[in-house]
Amino acid sequence: MAQYKLVKCTINGKETETMVDVRASLTDMLRNDYRLTSVKKGCEVGECGACNVIIDGECFNSCIYLAIWAEGKKIQTLESLLGPGGELADIQQAFIDEAAVQCGFCTPGFIMTAVQLLETRKEYTREELRKHLAGNLCRCTGYENILNAVEKTMLRRLGKL
Amino acid sequence: MYDIKELFEATSVQNAVELRLAHPQALILAGGSDILIQMREGRLAGRELLSIYGLDELRGVTLEEDGTIRIGSLTSFTHVTQDPIVQKYINVLGQAVDMIGGPQIRNIGTIGGNTCNGVTSADSASTLFAWDAMIELTGNEGTRRVPISEFYIKAGVVDVRSDELQTAILIPKESYEGYQGHYIKYAMRNAMDIATSGCSVNVKLSEDKKTIEDVRIAYGVQGPTPLRAVVAEGLGRKKEISLDLIKQISEAVIEDIKPRDSWRASKALRQHIAVEMAHRCLIEAIKLSGGEV
Ligand code: FES
Ligand code: FES
Repeated sequence: MAQYKLVKCTINGKETETMVDVRASLTDMLRNDYRLTSVKKGCEVGECGACNVIIDGECFNSCIYLAIWAEGKKIQTLESLLGPGGELADIQQAFIDEAAVQCGFCTPGFIMTAVQLLETRKEYTREELRKHLAGNLCRCTGYENILNAVEKTMLRRLGKL
Repeated sequence: MYDIKELFEATSVQNAVELRLAHPQALILAGGSDILIQMREGRLAGRELLSIYGLDELRGVTLEEDGTIRIGSLTSFTHVTQDPIVQKYINVLGQAVDMIGGPQIRNIGTIGGNTCNGVTSADSASTLFAWDAMIELTGNEGTRRVPISEFYIKAGVVDVRSDELQTAILIPKESYEGYQGHYIKYAMRNAMDIATSGCSVNVKLSEDKKTIEDVRIAYGVQGPTPLRAVVAEGLGRKKEISLDLIKQISEAVIEDIKPRDSWRASKALRQHIAVEMAHRCLIEAIKLSGGEV
């Protein structure tokens, strides 16, 4: 017998609620109930970060996060970055400029990790950036361009580039 | 969608105890970074789950009146690492759990879950063994405390009774006061990997920093459960610091460890790195304590 629960949370700044199957992952809820398809289903076992979203300021793999745990939480997905006229955020533009996107499947996950990192307003070394991005896998780019995009955006925001 | 038979969500520790008794088959779900994955892979498919993830009362690190450090079982690895009390008194624990998985896993994974699944490779385990941590369990009759070495019964089996859940990990003052520690994780990759072996050492030096007053050496993946190198520790206590002594202690760990061959590493490699890790950890811990080698 399916078991359902009402889950109220804030998604990309909007207060929302929906009935979810208790067996659903947060990825399932974000994609199926809210059509937030930037949240990708990669491995679905917490290895690749394609489903990465920010919950209350911290990054989580939504594929191994139960939808019911989202109750009362503030969730941010890549869709929140888009400006009112469809403008890209600086970090998104940097991914394009640095050719950090090939197939693009890993990109939303990487960008959300970067968003959280950039919000700390700290300057990280290349090594530290690698450590912070270690939970996101990319099978196309070889990572260098992704690191460049994140590093340049960080330096720009700090007024150092 | 997960293949969950039925899900129960605890609203308080007391409620969790009641749910434990009412649904003896249900697995306790903390952050889920082991259980949900095993469910997906099929090993735990179709099981009942008892989620305690919502119990905020089990999060955070506090200093109790008698100086005991209390780590709520649901504290995430990230929060253990960032905690000022951990940083001040038992920094090596924060360093050890910072080597687990990647950032997302460290945000969802909990220190209680890491110890309760009973695996020898848990990055928190060897350091908690080194600190002589106590495990607090809450059940129908209240709480009880067990030393971590007794909490691990055998591979994958820990001492949590049918009405209980783990509510905290405690580090008594006498375990950490005056001690400094160092942890080494040996794995194939720097991130998203399970330890081939891990070694955590802490030492307490004499006032003049010339003698080892006390030394504790603990390992993960050198036996079915995490373990202490008791023979080696005995050799080091109350001895004057020298490179010879450090060598002697490190070589003696062979008597204590029980590694096996596995696809991850051979027994011979594990023995070799056990000695080397002890050696490096000892030197580092002595230096952190202000001693000279
Ligand atoms: S899809 Fe969630 S980590 Fe890979
Ligand atoms: S661009 Fe294809 S996986 Fe990263």
